[in-house]
Parts: sequence; structure tokens; C-alpha cells
Amino acid sequence: MRNGTLSSWLLLGEWKAHLVQAAVVITAIALGVALGFAVHLVNTAAINEFLAVTKSLSGQSDLQVRGTQATFDELLYPALAQRNGVELANPVLELDVAIPGTTGDRKNTTLKILGLDIFRASSISPNLIGMPAEDRQFDTLANDAIFLSPAAMEWLRVKRGDPLQLRVGTQTVMLRVAGGLVRTRAGQRIGVMDIGAAQWRFNRIGELSRIELKLMQGINHDVFKAVLTQELGGQYLVIETADQEARVANMSRAYRVNLNMLALVALFTGAFLVFSTQVLSVVRRRHQFALLRVLGLTRRQLLGQILLEGAILGTIGSLLGLALGYVMATMTLSVFGGELGGGFFTGIQPSVHFDSFTATIFFILGLGVTLLGSAAPAWEAANTHPAPALKSGGEEAALMKLETPWPALACLALGGSLTQLPPIFDLPIFGYLAIALLLIGGIALMPRLSALIFSAVFLVVTRRSATITTLALTRLANAPNQAAVALGGVLASFSLVVAMAIMVTSFRVSVDNWLKHILPADLYVQTAASGDTRGLTPDEVKVLSATSGISRADFFRSSKLMLDPTRPSIVLIARPIDMTDPGNTLPMTDEAIVPALLPKDAIPIWVSEAMVDLYGYTLGKRLTLPIGVSASSFVVAGVWRDYGRQFGAIQMQLTDYQALSGDLKVNDAALWLQTDVTPSQVITSLKRLPFGSALEFSEPSQIRALSLNIFDRSFKITYLLEAVAIIIGLLGVAASFSAQTLARTKEFGILRHIGVTRRQILSMQAIEGGLLTGLGIVLGFVLGWCISLILVFIVNPQSFHWTMQLNLPWKGLIAVALVLLVSAALTALVSGRHAVSGNAIRAIREDW
Amino acid sequence: MLELRHIGKAYANGQRVLTDLSYTLGDKEYVSIMGESGVGKSTLLNLIAGLDTPDSGEILIDGITITSLDDDAATRLRRKQFGFVFQAFHILPYLTLRQNIALPLLLNGAPRKLIEERTTQMLGEIGLHGRGQNFPHQLSGGELQRVAIARALIHRPKLILADEPTGNLDSDTAQQILMLMRTEIKENGASGILVTHSHATATTADKVLVLTKNGLAPIESAHTKDSHQRR
Repeated sequence: MRNGTLSSWLLLGEWKAHLVQAAVVITAIALGVALGFAVHLVNTAAINEFLAVTKSLSGQSDLQVRGTQATFDELLYPALAQRNGVELANPVLELDVAIPGTTGDRKNTTLKILGLDIFRASSISPNLIGMPAEDRQFDTLANDAIFLSPAAMEWLRVKRGDPLQLRVGTQTVMLRVAGGLVRTRAGQRIGVMDIGAAQWRFNRIGELSRIELKLMQGINHDVFKAVLTQELGGQYLVIETADQEARVANMSRAYRVNLNMLALVALFTGAFLVFSTQVLSVVRRRHQFALLRVLGLTRRQLLGQILLEGAILGTIGSLLGLALGYVMATMTLSVFGGELGGGFFTGIQPSVHFDSFTATIFFILGLGVTLLGSAAPAWEAANTHPAPALKSGGEEAALMKLETPWPALACLALGGSLTQLPPIFDLPIFGYLAIALLLIGGIALMPRLSALIFSAVFLVVTRRSATITTLALTRLANAPNQAAVALGGVLASFSLVVAMAIMVTSFRVSVDNWLKHILPADLYVQTAASGDTRGLTPDEVKVLSATSGISRADFFRSSKLMLDPTRPSIVLIARPIDMTDPGNTLPMTDEAIVPALLPKDAIPIWVSEAMVDLYGYTLGKRLTLPIGVSASSFVVAGVWRDYGRQFGAIQMQLTDYQALSGDLKVNDAALWLQTDVTPSQVITSLKRLPFGSALEFSEPSQIRALSLNIFDRSFKITYLLEAVAIIIGLLGVAASFSAQTLARTKEFGILRHIGVTRRQILSMQAIEGGLLTGLGIVLGFVLGWCISLILVFIVNPQSFHWTMQLNLPWKGLIAVALVLLVSAALTALVSGRHAVSGNAIRAIREDW
Repeated sequence: MLELRHIGKAYANGQRVLTDLSYTLGDKEYVSIMGESGVGKSTLLNLIAGLDTPDSGEILIDGITITSLDDDAATRLRRKQFGFVFQAFHILPYLTLRQNIALPLLLNGAPRKLIEERTTQMLGEIGLHGRGQNFPHQLSGGELQRVAIARALIHRPKLILADEPTGNLDSDTAQQILMLMRTEIKENGASGILVTHSHATATTADKVLVLTKNGLAPIESAHTKDSHQRR
């Protein structure tokens, strides 16, 4: 072919004639790439910033020694500081301290405060050193001075010299803002104090959170770590920087991966749209391609020509998508920060960094999807015998290969078997592959299914139906392949919407039921928001329990345990548990040991589902936990469902915990009220207590509403991504119907010649569109339901380690189905109107 | 120019259409083939063009056995040596007339200048001078078939294959088209095979052949030749 002249003639001619179809393909790819790229950019920016913030807190140490619990005895410090091979040991007390008068989640109600030894920290964490006023250089050692980052000052609305009120348990601590810090990350809220002052002020005398170690040159880190770990025993963890990064990444990994996958759904739906548009476009040009073959275009040249068409559309769509994705990510980060709803990245200010490697990956994805959608039709066109293709009526024959059910059944079978495989790196990779295969197999089975269904409907209905209905049904029954191609877009988008809607509803209903179960009391009490420094003393517990109007008070002690340095800490909750039936206290799964059968020589604990998946704490397992001084033997007595703590939680009897640890403080209280006493009466009484102003109260309905509100907020991004998938699906319907109608201009001309009116042709179009979409909706629902089973029972448990019950959002699904049905019928009508608006004589004389 | 040697062909359903067919077409010879529906006229054209393969026998174009060529080689041969005119005009709807006519030269990699000159020349020869930028939907059926003839001849092929070229046209227009085609074939020094049902159409060729189960047989050759000489 001469210098691509013919190629450009053919491309420009086609696009000029069918600009809308090209625009639809470009839009679908651009939207898919944009969403995927934007979500990836936002998540990457957030995790990188989060990692940078975490690194800035740990400075340039080689190793860190931490306790399995939040703090440990500072006696370890001199031993480590004098240890051979240690150049410098830096003791750190890190606390999340409650800010009075704030409400909401932990990250928005607490300030992270580091207690540092300025002389040692200046070597390891020079950026975190306070900058006092010139005339008050000793403020760095003052017991009432705190140095705040700019973000913390802005958040707390204070400046140097201002007082700062903080809450410790039920007590108030007054500090003085003595200045800023050398350097912190943008948006990083942090305060730094002298370590001695921090221990004293926050009732942590003799306690440390970690000791950062800088090793001498030439010391083998791995050997040093291994020896130290062995010497320190199970109560301590020796952590490398890489462990810390892994822990931070692990915290949000499942959420980020799932969000990325969800964002790629739009691109996946776009692939079906490209496929259906390209298939119908190639079928429409079947005669033209045959002529070009007769005139001397080789198979390879024709294949290249059609693939080039797809590649150009894919390139334009992908480039637009990358630009759009970058703009979306920039806007999202400037408006919402790095937080897309998961709650992992609040309080940081990441900025978008254009990563050419990732951009290339998404570009290749967009282009690949378009080429994949174009490959099958291009292959078919190139391998068609030109002589028969020149004759009319071969359109359906071109799609005959689609009718064979075996590839589809193979996809379905393979997809089904992949659901049985375990996760890889804690991610449901096979679950996602199974979904993709199910979707591809389900859609590939449509030609055969639609032929069977419409043939059956044809036999039943035509005996007593109108001519137009008969005509519409005849075509659908006898030309199922074209119908099935049009169905692909509807099916892909609707089944994914159904699957996502069922998953989200199942999750929401399960969370709601769970909340009802875990909130049985009439009133809940906390000490001034959250944080590590809160707690009620035994005396305060006694006073609170004796308050009038309270019939029963259960107290809780929750603390953190770090069992694996590469994973986030788990939560240990000590509380009264009904030993006659733990199910009365905890939202148990079916896994539980009958209390009478529990071994007498071990302390029972009840673990969340995440503990089973992440730590192998299976029912009946004997284990030791770093609670208290001596390592005690515990037994897993049951597994409970926990939607609040994705990284694992353990519950045990409060009495057991107090006996083991000697820690008699409690964090929260659940109060049952006497009959005829209202919560407000009890709240009034409690506020009159000496420590009443430090208490915060919530009724179960308020906690439930707040929790569901957070749930809905975290799924907003899901709804947005679903909406885009629906829009792409509707674009697919529009593109498929208009492409089909264009290809049928001659058929409509013939019908008008033999006496069918324009109105009747339009009716026929609407009936076909409606029936086709109706079938797409029914089959999409079945397919979506199957996919939702994978999401609910495989992807969710493998990603977040919790199970849920299946619930179907009928109203929402019916509404989306109706929107799709009406849109499809209208699209069919509009494209049909265009097709019959021309001259019937001309239409029938049309060459092609 | 063209040699058919013992060609046999059956349809996919097993029905035999051509049996032991042999014929030799000389240089610059223009013949028409008549025959009943289903006798295999169009199939024969497809076999000659390398668009289909015979079950038995050989087809030689200038000594090259087209039946032994693979698809790419057959396509390249077709691109250079053949011109086609169809009953349905098969003009690409989104290309201008100039572009439609220039297609074969483009496919053969001809220089741009030659393409421009030949296209202008052909447009003039078919009476559509100055309408090269028109699109097919702006033309009548007769005009479209003229464009198809111009496209078939622009690259000076050795053999023109025409399958019912006037089947879609009224008789006056049909006569004009047939005369144009004959003139163009002769002026371009090509050979031609015209397949038709119509006796009147068939007689515009140098020789009329009838395709039957027994093969190709000439009829009225002298008369036909005379009648053309008289015209």
C-alpha cells in the first residue's frame, strides 16, 4: 500500500461517516483509564506521604526495639545503650493524646506527641527537635513546654506562647506552646516534648514506646537483630525500617488493591464496549473489506488496517484518560487530601507525582483493551472469503463463530475452579481472575443463550402476537449473534453493578446487624474521646457504678498488642464475657467451643476472624500472648465477627486481664439503666461527678448512625465508580444499537417497500431494544449474583478477613434495571428514527 | 493469456457445478459467458480471480499457475493483473470518486503523480470530468457503474472480469456502460470476460460462450463479431 495513503483514506472516511461511534469508543477508554490512573495516583501519593511521615518519626535509626504492648519498662534502655555494637540508643515515648472538645474518629481527636531525649534525638531525628525562642533556649527541657509542627498549630489554632489543654484519663494537662519543629512534612500534626516531661505529665513514669538504635560501623545488622531478639524474648520486637514500611503498606494494601480493581471495572466494561462497537462496525463494512480484498489488499494488510483503527482510537482514548486522570487526582488531593474513604490517610497532605512508568502501564492497559476488543473482529474480517462476503446477507454468518459454547463454558469452569484457591500475599488474586473469567464466559455464552431463549419465546408468543412483534422476535431468534454482541455492553455493566450493589448491601446490612449485637446497653461512656492516655481508675469505676439509675455497668479495657512487626498492631479488649454463652456478649461465627468443654489449664480468648486468617489462631489452638510479665497459656475458645478492626482483635475476660497484667484502668463503660430512667437523667448525674466533665456519652442509636455514616462515606467512591460503569454500559447500548441500525438501513428500506410504515419500523426497533435489554438485565442479574457470591464469600474475607451474610438490594437493582431498559428502548428508537428518515428507494439501492 | 485446464468444482453442499472445464483466452480477447442460473458462471470468475480454488485442474495466467499460489501471492497477482466490475457497483461510500477510482493504483504502490494523472484521465474517459470530489451518494446507478469501470481499468490490468455489470441498470444506460467498457478494454489493451444472463449484453463481446454441464461452447461468434464491426 502506498505510504499509508489508502490507510488514511479508509480511516478518515470511516470516522468522518461514523464520528459518534469513534467518539464513544474514545470516551469509554478515556473514562476507564482516567479512573484507574486517578485512583492509583491518589493512593500512591497518599501511601508515599504516609510512609514519609512514618519515616520522619523514626529518624535514621538502624533498628527499633518495641514492646508487644504499647509501652514497656525503661529499664531496658541503659542495657541497650551500653550494649556492644550500639553507637547510640534513643529512647522515645510516643502517645496519641486526647484533645478536649473534639469528637469524631481517633485521627481527628488526638495529637501525636513524641517524648524525646534532645541530646540523643538530635543525632537520629534532627528534624524533630524543637526550636525555642531565642531568650528561652532551655524550653527544650522544660516540663511544661511542647513544640508543635505548623500543621498541628494550625489545627489547634495556637501559636508560640499560647497555652495548650490536653486530656490524660479524666485529668486535664496544661502545656505551653514553646515553638515549632526543625522540619516536618506538610500536613503532619505532631508535638514534641522532653521525654522526662512527657512521662511525668502523661502518667507514664518509667515507660517507653520504643528505643531507636544506631549501630556501629561494621556491625552485621541481621546477626545483631537475631541475637537481640533471642535475648529479649517474646515481650519485645526488634524491628528494621523495612519491617516498618511493610507494616504501613500492609495497613492499607487490601483497601488500595480493591479500590484499584474497582477502578479498573470501568476499563473492563469499556473493553466490551470496544468489542461490540468494533464487531458491529466490521460487520457493517463486511462488503467493503471484501471488495478491498478482491482489489488486492492482503489478509495481513486488512488485519493491520482494522487493528490500526483500534490502536489509534485506543491511543487517543488512553492519552485523554491519562490527562483526565491526572487532573482528577490533583483535584481529589487538593479537595479531600489522600483520603478516598478508607480512613487510612487522614491528616496528611500528599501531592500528585506524575509517574511515567505507571502512566505507561495505564496507557498500555487502555491501548491493550482497545486492541483486544478489535482483534477478534479484525481476525474474522481478514479471514473471510471475499467472494461470498461481497454478497448481501452474510452479516450473521460473520458472527457464527460466536455461537460455539465451548470457550464460554471453559471460561466458566476455570473461573469456578479458581474460586477454590487461597489468596496470594493476602490478596484475592484468584478471586478477581475468577470474576473476570465468569464475566467473559457469561458474555461469550450469550449468542447461544439468546438464540435459545428468543426461539422459545418466538414459538410461544407469535401465535397470537402482532406482525411487528413477530418480526422483531424472528430477527432476535434467527440472528442471535448480532443481538448478543449488542447485549455484551449491557450485560457487562449491569452484572458488575448488580455484583457491587449486592456486595455493598450485604456488607452494610451485616455491619448494621453487628452493631445491634455489639451495642446491647442503654448508654456508653468514654473518657474524653480516644487516645493512649485515657482511662478510669478503680476508684472512679466504683463511683461511676454506684451512680443512681444504673442497674448494670460493664467496663472495658482496650490496648494494642504487636504480634508481628510487619503487620499493624492488633487490639486486645478485656471485658466481662457471659461464660454460660459467649454468644450473648460477642457476635460469634459458628466457631466456638462449648464453655463446659474448655480446658481448665488455659485462659480462654475469643478471636476475630482476621486473627484466624492472619495469625492462624484457629479454634482450640493453644498459644501464649505477651500479656503481663509471665507468658501464660491461652486457648482460642471462639471466633467472632469484627467489622471494626481489620487487622485483628482478641477479647478476654476483664478479670483474667487484670490478674495477668495488674493494669486496673479501664477505657470504656457500657451502662444498662433501671426501668423508667432515661439516658439523659443518668448523663446529668454522671456529669456531676468530680471527673464528669472528662466523660463523653453516646447512645447506641448515635453510635450506630455514626458508624453507618462512616460506612457510607467510605463507599462513596464505590458508588461513583459504579455510576461510571453504568454510564459506559449505556454508551455501549447506544453505540451497539446505532451501529446495528446503520447496518440495517437496507433492511428497513425493504420493509418500507413491502408496506411496513415508519411508525411500525420504529415500534419494531423499540420492541427489539426492549426485549434485548430485558434479556440482558435478566442474564446480567444472574451473572452479577454469581459474581457477588465471589465478592462476598471470597474477595472480602481474603482481603479484609471478615465474613458477611448475603443481602440483595431489590429496590436499587430494579431502579437501575428500569433506567437501563428505558434508556435502551429510547436509544433504539432514536437510532431507528435516523435510519428510517431517509429515502426508502435510496436505502434499498444502497451499495452496502 | 488465460488457460483453464480440466477445472472441476463442487459447492460446499456437494452439488457439482464445473466438470473438466478447459478453455484458453487469448491476449486482448473479450468474451462473454452466458448460462442458466446456478450453472457456475460467477464461480468460474471467482476461480479465475484466485478468490476460490478449484477441486481439480489448473488455472494459468500468463503461464503462472494461480491455483498453486498462496493467498498473499494470489492477492498480489490479482492486484496487478485483474480489474473487476460487479453487478452491485461496490463503490466505497465514504471515499470520493477520485479516491475510489485510484484504489488499485494505490494498492500497487504507484507514484502519486501517476495516480493523479491516471485518475483525471479515467474520470474524463467515463464522462465524469470535474466530479472527482463528489461522493457516491451524489451519483446515479449508471454513473456509479462508470466509476467502477474506471476503477477496474486505471492500473491497466491484463484481464477484466465483469459479473452482470448491467444487471442493475436500465437498458439505455446498460448499453452505454457496455460500450464504454468494451471501448476501455480495447483501448487499454486488456482481455475481458463478461458474465451475463442477457443475450443483448453478451453480444457486446467479441465472442459469446455458453457455460453448460459439458463446458464452455462458443455460439454466434461470427455474427457477434460482424455485428460489432457494423457498430
